[in-house]
Amino acid sequence: MSLIVTKGTLDWAYPPFILASTAAAMDMKVTMFFTFYGLGLLEKDLDLSVTSLGNSAMRMPAMGGHIAMPNWIGMLPGMTGVTSRMMKRMIAKSGVSSVEDLREAARISGVRLIACQMTMDLLGYKTDTMIDGVEVAGAATYLENAVDCDINLYI
Amino acid sequence: MITKTLDARGLNCPLPILKAKQALGQLEPGQVLEVLCSDPGSLEDFGAFCRTTGNALLSHERDGDLFRYHIERRG
Repeated sequence: MSLIVTKGTLDWAYPPFILASTAAAMDMKVTMFFTFYGLGLLEKDLDLSVTSLGNSAMRMPAMGGHIAMPNWIGMLPGMTGVTSRMMKRMIAKSGVSSVEDLREAARISGVRLIACQMTMDLLGYKTDTMIDGVEVAGAATYLENAVDCDINLYI
Repeated sequence: MITKTLDARGLNCPLPILKAKQALGQLEPGQVLEVLCSDPGSLEDFGAFCRTTGNALLSHERDGDLFRYHIERRG
């Protein structure tokens, strides 16, 4: 399986690491290619956040139901911190793993982690601040790998 | 004959599968892992996990909110 990981927010960090760690547990060979905002998920210290701004589908559980998070609320100063803390609390309460733990599970089970050279240069990322075991390569490396995979996902 | 029990109650997807994989790795072929789980999604997932990895799902039962799986390590 190969995954292209393009997003680096708290919510979007989950699908790639859940799929990668589970696929590895199911004896599949997995490659993750991190590009653009996905590169941030390779940093040693993660400080992930999520905002309701521009996400009209966001609903938060409250009082036995769900409440919508209107866009204008997301524009208020400090709201990204509030929504991020809310989601982290929900994650802890539901027995859901942290992104760090899922990433570590993927790494130790042999998932290949590739950081996109071009976007590293573009966005000013360095491997020094990233977790161990990250390779740096480009589109051709990803494609050579993906052509032999049965599952290729762009996240 | 259960060799080892993994208590994965309170853990959500995909942690029960990841921990079961880890626990199976410590068993010899033919030995049986018991997994206790509270995640209702685990019912489908342990079936898929065993079919894909070639391990044998000997039994699965539900007792209220508790799911119990017996998995034999193969190969």
